[in-house]
Amino acid sequence: MSEREQRIAALKDAAKKRILVLDGAWGAMFQRKGLEEDDYRGDRFKDHPGQMKGNNDILCLTRPDIVSDLYDAFYGAGADICETNTFSATVIAQADYDLGAEEVIAINRKGARLARAAADAWTEKEPDKPRFVAGSIGPLNKMLSMSSDVNDPGARSVTFDEVYDAYRMQIEALNEGGVDLYLIETITDTLNCKAAVKAIQDLEAEGMEKLPIWISGTITDKSGRTLSGQTVEAFWNSVRHAKPFAIGLNCALGADLMRPHIATLARIADTLVAAYPNAGLPNAFGEYDEAPETTAGMVGEWAESGLVNILGGCCGTTPEHIAAIAEAAKTAAPREIPERPRAMRLSGLEPFEVA
Amino acid sequence: MTEQTATFINIGERTNVTGSAKFRKMITDGRYEDAVEVARQQVENGAQIIDVNMDEGMLDGAEAMRTFLNLIAAEPDIARVPIMIDSSKWEVIEAGLKCVQGKAIVNSISLKEGEEPFLQQAREILSYGAATVVMAFDEKGQAETADEKVRICKRAYDLLTEKIGFPPEDIIFDPNIFAVATGIEEHNDYARAFIEAAGRIRKELPGAHVSGGLSNVSFSFRGNEPVRRAMHSVFLYHAIKAGLNMAIVNAGQLDIYDDIEPELRELVEDVILNRRDDATERLLDIAERYRGQKGQTKEKDLSWREKPVNERLKHALVHGVTDYIDEDTEEARQAAERPLHVIEGPLMDGMNVVGDLFGDGKMFLPQVVKSARVMKQAVAHLLPYMEKEKEEMGMVGKSSGKVVMATVKGDVHDIGKNIVGVVLQCNGYEVIDLGVMVPAETILDTAVKEDADIIGLSGLITPSLDEMVFVAGEMRRRGMDLPLLIGGATTSPAHTAVKIEPGYDAAPVIHVADASRAVGVVSNLLSDEARPKLWEETKAKYEKMRASRSKGGPKERLTLNEAQEARFRPDWKAHEPQQPSFTGAKTIDDVGLEDILPYIDWTPFFMSWDMPGRYPQILEDSKRGEAARTLWADAQQMLDRLVTEKWLGLKATVGFWPANREGDDIALWKGDGRDEELARLFTLRQQIKKNDGANVALADFLKSKEEGADWIGGFCVTAGHGELERSDAFKKANDDYSAIMVKALADRFAEGFAEYLHARVRKDFWGYAPDEALSSEDMIAEKYAGIRPAPGYPAQPDHTEKATLFDLLDAPKRAGVELTTSYAMTPPASVSGLYFSHPESHYFALGKIEKDQVEDYARRKGWDMVTAERWLGPVLNYNPNEQALSKAS
Repeated sequence: MSEREQRIAALKDAAKKRILVLDGAWGAMFQRKGLEEDDYRGDRFKDHPGQMKGNNDILCLTRPDIVSDLYDAFYGAGADICETNTFSATVIAQADYDLGAEEVIAINRKGARLARAAADAWTEKEPDKPRFVAGSIGPLNKMLSMSSDVNDPGARSVTFDEVYDAYRMQIEALNEGGVDLYLIETITDTLNCKAAVKAIQDLEAEGMEKLPIWISGTITDKSGRTLSGQTVEAFWNSVRHAKPFAIGLNCALGADLMRPHIATLARIADTLVAAYPNAGLPNAFGEYDEAPETTAGMVGEWAESGLVNILGGCCGTTPEHIAAIAEAAKTAAPREIPERPRAMRLSGLEPFEVA
Repeated sequence: MTEQTATFINIGERTNVTGSAKFRKMITDGRYEDAVEVARQQVENGAQIIDVNMDEGMLDGAEAMRTFLNLIAAEPDIARVPIMIDSSKWEVIEAGLKCVQGKAIVNSISLKEGEEPFLQQAREILSYGAATVVMAFDEKGQAETADEKVRICKRAYDLLTEKIGFPPEDIIFDPNIFAVATGIEEHNDYARAFIEAAGRIRKELPGAHVSGGLSNVSFSFRGNEPVRRAMHSVFLYHAIKAGLNMAIVNAGQLDIYDDIEPELRELVEDVILNRRDDATERLLDIAERYRGQKGQTKEKDLSWREKPVNERLKHALVHGVTDYIDEDTEEARQAAERPLHVIEGPLMDGMNVVGDLFGDGKMFLPQVVKSARVMKQAVAHLLPYMEKEKEEMGMVGKSSGKVVMATVKGDVHDIGKNIVGVVLQCNGYEVIDLGVMVPAETILDTAVKEDADIIGLSGLITPSLDEMVFVAGEMRRRGMDLPLLIGGATTSPAHTAVKIEPGYDAAPVIHVADASRAVGVVSNLLSDEARPKLWEETKAKYEKMRASRSKGGPKERLTLNEAQEARFRPDWKAHEPQQPSFTGAKTIDDVGLEDILPYIDWTPFFMSWDMPGRYPQILEDSKRGEAARTLWADAQQMLDRLVTEKWLGLKATVGFWPANREGDDIALWKGDGRDEELARLFTLRQQIKKNDGANVALADFLKSKEEGADWIGGFCVTAGHGELERSDAFKKANDDYSAIMVKALADRFAEGFAEYLHARVRKDFWGYAPDEALSSEDMIAEKYAGIRPAPGYPAQPDHTEKATLFDLLDAPKRAGVELTTSYAMTPPASVSGLYFSHPESHYFALGKIEKDQVEDYARRKGWDMVTAERWLGPVLNYNPNEQALSKAS
């Protein structure tokens, strides 16, 4: 077994024994650091046209010290898994900053290596609690299922092949950088996610080392649907072919509003269930002010009720939140994976089952 | 009334340029908005999946596919259903796969170009996350015979599941529906071959589905819509029974099986089932008579307008005709005392007929959707009158209570719930109807916000049962204390008692069987005096149900090995098995109805009319005596005619085989050498710990090979030939009472026949009790040696064992009795079973069994656990899904 295979085995083993903990919000943490345009540019992009501030992923190249600090902070708070700082590191998303393939590949590789180094250091320090790196694959600013023109419902600003190619590049670079698993997250459009899944499966068919996949959708509001209109169960039916290591939800909702959807997944998903809600809903100033113990109290109840296998935080959650969540999840047993009767489970926006 | 119970899926075919000239024109003209409307109509008309095909020579198929799929993705009422991407060109299929966020079906791939391209395409489909249709087509061509169809499908199945891990449940076989009645003799068997193949594929390729394009079958009757429609309905009726579970159909092109004119139906059936050599000519002969009634609009046979108003309402509901519904409803309203009575009376009666036809596979979902529309329109007509009535009675604004109702998440059926809603409103209750597909949190939030008094949940499909359990769990979690009403076709008092009530104890949980009971229950729940009593009674009733289900609570159980140790050991010294007078199966056709009369047990006859009590004492019963005597007189009167006019045909088959116990199996041998196995029957063993007495399995009643020679017998009898025709004739004459009477009598004859035949077996055919002389009472009390247990009854609850028995007996040919896909016998007035001769053999109830035995049984039968748990569901001493449920709620 390669070292990575050993780590994956350890990850799967740990998931059987306890509820795993993911890190928290990156955006909020960068904000706390009070970074300026120069920090984002560094030497490498000193003369790059346009604004770079706000492109958090570029910090992997320009302020690796800060990125490493954050990995340390979350691992130190008790996270088993940290995400790479590569949420928007695709050619489609980075086009907003006039960055191309070369930079995108560099961000993903570097982001993965920084996380790898932090994780390995913590594992060495605490061999009983090995740390893992999830390669973050975020949504795109362009969607395959939604019209890009209000007057033409058939219009799309991007093609499946473009999305596929963009994700393929990111995935290959993350794999080279040494991640332990992929985290396709904050999925607003299931078709975008399916393109990423296909890219992974194709690369693996061509010989790339196989890694676990974690898929995390986003229920945007109280309608209980993804932005592209699917219910949670329809979403699960759409991505189940990825045979994911974990399926879950993150972002958009706080723990209170996310609960019914996680409960649904807990009933229907024959794999691990993961959840990392926001720290409540933003206040009038766009800030998340839910206290760590409030968030942890709610997700702790999920753990007690046997709904989840992995917990973490999304927007507004700090290392303090993660520490509280880790504490709350410590004593609860991980959710047992249900066996479901055999059936063809199709979906449109809604699920449809043929027994 | 659902996809789950009907197990048949309609795939809309109108968005197909090869099937619809109208749609093709829209696409070639670039009128995509109109094309989107076609898709919308299909979904509204009940298509559960829509097939999209753009294979037209003049079109850029991939571009058209992309454009159309992107357009319908923006329409939530279309995009809610899965898409079937239909093309003979891979690039068009792939273009489609790149446009659907849901899990779609590809239609189709095949072995036509060999294994490599087939597997390559299947791998791609897998990585796009779709299911696929596989045609029965290989390098040599399309399969025509049943054997060829099954062979190719099996080859494809093995390749897909073994080489690339394609999930079997995502494979749909299309074993080619070809045109019949073409005048070419080789084509005559095409439809029958498809039907046979459908059954075998479902059986031999576990998990896989069977589909087909229906309209091909009637291709030779192009232009003759009535005949085509009849062919479609007849074909579907038989193919669905065999195992077809989805088809591409035009809902408008289907007739109700029972509505097809009997002569036409029979001739069409001859063609479809290839029952006679001159079937095609005979159909052609009369086909011309129907041709006149052409076109999309059904022939305007208005004779039903002559019938009484209640019959007209029923006709309109069953046939989905809205043209006259307002005037008919109005007429019924004027005749009724209150408008509400029209709903509770004729309209609900009509919907019940719809439900029965659907349950029998004689109506299809799109037709049921139409019926629901008629119902809604009729109710809409009545609403203003009911409002007015409320006003007159001074009930406006005076709500007697508030009920929040919803069809639970995942379920779109709402006919029943709407009726309950209307009935409650008419009785002065305020109803907040949240509609269909309502998530738990919406229901509960609304109930809190609206300060409701009661919550009512409805559902029609089996997954809704789980959702209701979930809702009840959420009510407990939130600390709510509102009464919960449960209703809808798949719900039951037992499910409510066992699964729902225990999870929510803060307020009454009550199963409401139908709309007519809703008012009583609601008014009791809202009355301070009546509520505690109703709650106590219901709780007690449910507690009893739970107790009887778990057979008196937890008792000590044995492992399978321990139970086998404690098996029943008959005394072989007292009984030496006797060789029957023949081996193999034999047809019995020398029995007259009058021969059966002494063997009839009349007690169950009264039970079938909801009159429990022993015959003949029931005739003198102080309460029921008078009604029982009237019924008895009517029955005797019909019985006389039935016997003299020979309404029912009796047929039977009986057989004997050398057999031995092998563990819990029974091995049947080809000859007395007992070295070549003919068949194997599987039996199940009791696992409850007994202080005295054995843990019995049917196999125990036979000698093992080491112990010596032994035999087993089997039989199938029917008194059902002619029953349906006769009861239909009564139904047609609106004489439902006589129609039910015929059925009840036919059932008695079937049971009596079984008893009669058993006597002949003991005295003559097997001959182990030649001198037996018993009175009718003793006979009915079964005071004789030997038993005749049937698969599906308490000693062996596994219905699938009937298939082995039927094969051995050649029952379809010898007795004219067939098995449906769910292993029910048809005609229904039939009885089958095994014969055991040992005097100590006895009937017993298996009781609940443990997982170790289910695993052992699955291994012996060559099943997976899911299949075994499904067929043995009622006797499992564990809930395969329970862990998941209790965890999540």
